[in-house]
Amino acid sequence: MVKEIERAGIPVVHICTITPISLTVGANRIVPAVAIPYPLGDPALSKDEEKQQRRKIVKTALKALSTEVSDQTVFDVE
Amino acid sequence: MSAFRIVHYINQFFGQIGGEEMAHIPPEYREGKVGPGLALEANFKGEAVIVGTVVCGDSYFNENMEEAKETILAMVEKAKPDLFIAGPAFNAGRYGVACGAMAAYVKEKLNIPVVTGMYIENPGADMYKTDIYIISTRNSAAGMRDAAKKMAALALKMLKNEKIGASSEEDYIPQGKRVNLFEKLRGSERAVNMLLQKLQGKPFTTEYPMPDFDRVPPNPPVADIQRAKIALVTSGGIVPKGNPDHIESSNASKYGRYDIHGVMNLTSDTYETAHGGYDPSYANADADRVVPLDVLRDFEMEGKIGSIYEYFFSTVGNGTAVKSAKAYAEDFSKELIKENVQAVILTST
Amino acid sequence: MKLELGYIPITNIEFAERSYVEGSTLYVSKEELSDVLLQDENISSVSFAIALPGDKTRITPVKDVIEPRVKVEGKGGMFPGVLSKVDIVGSGRTHVLKGAAVVTTGKIVGFQEGIIDMSGPGAEYTPFSKTCNLVLVITPKEGVVQHEHEHTVRMAGLRAAAYLGELARELEPETIETYEFLPLLESIERYPDLPRVGYVKMLQSQGLLHDTYVYGVDAKRTLPTLISPTEVMDGAIISGNCVSACDKNPTYVHQNNPIVHDLFKRHGKDLNFCAMIITNENVYLADKIRSSDRTAEICGYLKLDGVIISEEGFGNPDTDLMMNCRKISDKGIKTVVITDEYAGRDGSSQSLADADPSCDALVTGGNANEVITLPKMDKVIGTEAYVGIIAGGWDKNKAEDGTIQVELQAITGATSEVGFGYLSAR
Repeated sequence: MVKEIERAGIPVVHICTITPISLTVGANRIVPAVAIPYPLGDPALSKDEEKQQRRKIVKTALKALSTEVSDQTVFDVE
Repeated sequence: MSAFRIVHYINQFFGQIGGEEMAHIPPEYREGKVGPGLALEANFKGEAVIVGTVVCGDSYFNENMEEAKETILAMVEKAKPDLFIAGPAFNAGRYGVACGAMAAYVKEKLNIPVVTGMYIENPGADMYKTDIYIISTRNSAAGMRDAAKKMAALALKMLKNEKIGASSEEDYIPQGKRVNLFEKLRGSERAVNMLLQKLQGKPFTTEYPMPDFDRVPPNPPVADIQRAKIALVTSGGIVPKGNPDHIESSNASKYGRYDIHGVMNLTSDTYETAHGGYDPSYANADADRVVPLDVLRDFEMEGKIGSIYEYFFSTVGNGTAVKSAKAYAEDFSKELIKENVQAVILTST
Repeated sequence: MKLELGYIPITNIEFAERSYVEGSTLYVSKEELSDVLLQDENISSVSFAIALPGDKTRITPVKDVIEPRVKVEGKGGMFPGVLSKVDIVGSGRTHVLKGAAVVTTGKIVGFQEGIIDMSGPGAEYTPFSKTCNLVLVITPKEGVVQHEHEHTVRMAGLRAAAYLGELARELEPETIETYEFLPLLESIERYPDLPRVGYVKMLQSQGLLHDTYVYGVDAKRTLPTLISPTEVMDGAIISGNCVSACDKNPTYVHQNNPIVHDLFKRHGKDLNFCAMIITNENVYLADKIRSSDRTAEICGYLKLDGVIISEEGFGNPDTDLMMNCRKISDKGIKTVVITDEYAGRDGSSQSLADADPSCDALVTGGNANEVITLPKMDKVIGTEAYVGIIAGGWDKNKAEDGTIQVELQAITGATSEVGFGYLSAR
């Protein structure tokens, strides 16, 4: 899907846990997620902490969308 | 039952007219079999006969393709065949293209089964392998006996409407489509045999060659993210509770488009996952863990982004054919472009 | 380790007043077995049915299939760490009711249980159309949550298999096979000229309905380790997963791992089968990296010449598979992998979620997306109510005449990635 969105001309960021698949599939802007059943969450954390973590990941995604890339790039969450 | 009728296509060389110096000759029709037709017919064992043969120069065909195709089609049609065979062309490039083009054209126009044969590196193989059955042959006419046998066998199967097996069973060039078959040995034994071949430095054939993955160059970044309209897309199967579109838990045949106008976050009362490939309890408890709408709404209010597109798109990425996923994305991307969405956040599980 | 497997062939199952084996018939007392199973307080009721090869019977939704075995000599008991105390198994003698199987079904736990047809076109795709099946239909009590439900059904299957296996304790096996797995150095000493071959078995470990247990430990909490293949024959590995049904290994397939058996067949002749390594397929990327690193390190440490790697499942585990393949190949070890494909219903889509150039010798269990039409059966054990939502089904896939269309992925064991079946694709 990610490639077709890109092909349509819209910059797209792929948030996913298994970044190697994303690289193989051909996403250009990639942000690593937490785990497969909860890419943007963590049931081990409190609700607030969990949301903070989600904020960080989405913030990184927005940064990725605003960044010029020439090749496939993984943007690590700070 | 009377024998099936076959028309055969060959070039000037196999038509015994001459070599390269005669490659310019236009198509001509001869009654009965010529050259390689003898070998083919011997393999039909009376079940099929070659009623006529079209002989055409390779240069002529390739230089006048449209005209040659029409002329030859007319010749073939007149003979009222049940099946059309071209070649085998082995590694002769122009002959291979002619065989492939003509077989594909006869199949399209006359709606009868067709068979040809060529060497895997023949340019005609790559051009036509997805349209027609091309028996894989050796790279020179030394492989005629073997090629004729396999082409004839496949032709008879098609004539009798029998099930055509996988490429490894019939020895045709794979058509870019995976076909299931039952092997004589179970998988574990095939693996042990393959490993022993590999260990001994002997040839082995993988059952699935690694694909080439195509690439799309990255788009320029969003110029002003604070004013951008952003859409959310997921392959994590998040759907309104009750899965109103009945998206399948695996190999989804559709995607959903869900209104999130005024929705501030995805709660366990309103959303769940239809995905069958992971433990669903975490996403069912809080779907923001898969589609981060709550956080994005906060960013919207804080002015960190312009707005959120009022629908999100969702499908199940579990065992879903890449081709389907591609088609869904092609489809909703049109809407995104039309609605002036400037960026997409795609989440996967 | 040296293990003798004594086979008592079973070709029929009948219900009776008490449970015993006579000739090749397994007689089962419903009352006795009920008593064993109802010890679990989460079970509200259990009923039994028999499905024999050729019957016009469908079992669905299937959770697990287990072979009745009993440990008659040597340390430990069946399913160590789960049913029996934790103790090393894999030595001595084990009796097997060959041809019999326990199948668990009942109200669905999740999306992912499978279908077993005992006759017709579907029967060709599942190995369990050829076994005599005692089916347990298990109804949990109200309020039992998903994880508990899965655990309850899993344990019931194992208990029933152990109970039936016990009936073979005093029987004289018709045939006995001996499997000896030597310490590495002895093995190399005995077969100095044969290539050293290992088997890397990947275990599904992705959470609910996707877990596997080794001596009772959830495989997701383990690092790759060495295990004797004879331990696996004694039930050291059990299945807690059935998604998608086509390419998950039921406990029966762990007990009868075909790669183990086929490597043993060539052992001492063409190769020296001297290592079995189990590893997992977790949901965190760091785990995938750690586990594949460790697996490759073990293979390198043992200086193996060749390795067969089997996957369990598809999608993100394709990445574990490719990482294992690449890292083991990088050690100069020859690799063959076994997987299956999700190439779309027409076969024209990408088969795997991940790929790597090192993966040049691949055996496939076939395209799991291929659609098959299953005829209406005279008898359904379990319920067909879920055939539209199990993995491989779709909404309204059941026609008015009772025929059902599903992808092969819904059929238990159809595209086995340990090569238990004959299906392939090109």
